[in-house]
Amino acid sequence: MANHGYFDVGYMDTLAAGDSPLHRIDPRVKLITTVVFIATVVSFNKYTVTGLIPFFSFPIILIILGGIPSGYILKKVLLISPFAILVGIFNPVFDRSVVYHIGSIGISGGWVSFISILLRFALTVTSALVLVALTGFNSVCLALEKFGVPKPFIVQLLFLYRYMFVLAEELGHMIRARAVRSFSGRAIHFKAFASIIGHLLLRTLDRAERVYRAMCCRGFDGRIRIMRSLRIGFKDVIFAVTWIMLFVSFRFWNIPVKLGELVTRIFT
Amino acid sequence: MSHHIVEANDLHYTYPDGTVGLSGVSFRIMHGESVALVGENGAGKSTLLLHLNGFLSAANGEVRIGGYPIVPGNLNTIRRAVGMVFQNPDDQLFMPTVFDDVAFGPLNLGLADAEVENRVLEALDTVGAAHLKRRPPYKLSQGEKRSVAIATVLVMSPDILVMDEPTSSLDPMSRARLIELLKTFRHTKIIATHDLDMAMDLCERTIVLHRGKITADGPTFKIFQDEALLHRSSLEKPLRMQDCPVRNNPE
Repeated sequence: MANHGYFDVGYMDTLAAGDSPLHRIDPRVKLITTVVFIATVVSFNKYTVTGLIPFFSFPIILIILGGIPSGYILKKVLLISPFAILVGIFNPVFDRSVVYHIGSIGISGGWVSFISILLRFALTVTSALVLVALTGFNSVCLALEKFGVPKPFIVQLLFLYRYMFVLAEELGHMIRARAVRSFSGRAIHFKAFASIIGHLLLRTLDRAERVYRAMCCRGFDGRIRIMRSLRIGFKDVIFAVTWIMLFVSFRFWNIPVKLGELVTRIFT
Repeated sequence: MSHHIVEANDLHYTYPDGTVGLSGVSFRIMHGESVALVGENGAGKSTLLLHLNGFLSAANGEVRIGGYPIVPGNLNTIRRAVGMVFQNPDDQLFMPTVFDDVAFGPLNLGLADAEVENRVLEALDTVGAAHLKRRPPYKLSQGEKRSVAIATVLVMSPDILVMDEPTSSLDPMSRARLIELLKTFRHTKIIATHDLDMAMDLCERTIVLHRGKITADGPTFKIFQDEALLHRSSLEKPLRMQDCPVRNNPE
């Protein structure tokens, strides 16, 4: 099966089907809190490193209380990390002005901003993954819809998610079919690769046609209706307000620095 | 539409690439009848099924459901009356959860939420899939997918059930369960299949298609005894009608 290992996105749904107090929080509340979290993290200036550290409390606490396997989330974060590294890797080359000194070694602004990028990447991606793992992709989409995100966009997302697994499986079958008939054991030849991708596209078009027919059979008129009622309760409000207040205080007071100053003052 | 009669008069259909799908198909299926549609691969079974709810329209001839011809103006009514179960349940189950999928049709009909919920639970109960309602469809087994696909059609309370290869890719137990389930339905049934044993269980009448034409139409048991006819259509006598030397438990 193709949906195992790194691509096991379906496992997210298994996690989301769990039942912890965090799972029961209204998806809209979790979505809003996560969005505020990401916005706050991104709003720091490019040399911030210590200020970002307290923000790790949000994903870590959710992972622990929500009973999500941290190894799984970590693996997913590492899987996407090359993109973040690529974004920041040239900072140390271009930005050589020294901003910190550790002993006699000068740390350039480039390195600081590179580390800042990595931290922000880790924070935002982890929190987004935790959101989906605690809520489920479909409920996140539902929350987006309730917030007025255009319907066609939501439907696109839902279909993408539904057929991702079917497509991945089909691709897996084709790659296996190729593998059993190619004996060199080398990587896929470009020609074979092109034809596999082409076939996948044709199969997708065929399937789209059949799915559309099935939808028409049941009265599809261009609108997708999903029946679901959401209710925001007292606990939901507490969850959002507490976290957002924490984010704001993390944003405006650099807790690690304040803590350091406090400790220094006590001992001097 | 009190009488669920399906009528085809001299249907002709040629695909855009020149392949002949149907050439002169006529039949009349009465209220409550259960009919097997058999024939070799490419005989025109699926093409014929697609005519029954207006996805393809014949170049010549017409299909009448309950006495009304299929025209663009009444497509919605026709598609509500003719419930179609597709060959591949993955094509039919496109919503995020089983419940949403079964609710898709009734919500499109504009029913109230409470009514939709009742109907969905009832349909899932009928096919024995009530416990699956929160699951995403891609995680179900083939047998479960098929049951849910049937529920998505039942929930619309169609008068006529059209099925394309309902028993394909099912394990023997799931197949047996499906046959038992289909036996309990009182709808007019049209089932395209290669599973002649199932046809014997479910359908009193069989239509044999061969190269876009009907070569036989009559009682199932009689047609399946005609070996020459079956052979011409790349079919084989159902296993239970074959003389089996190792069968140690003769009825």
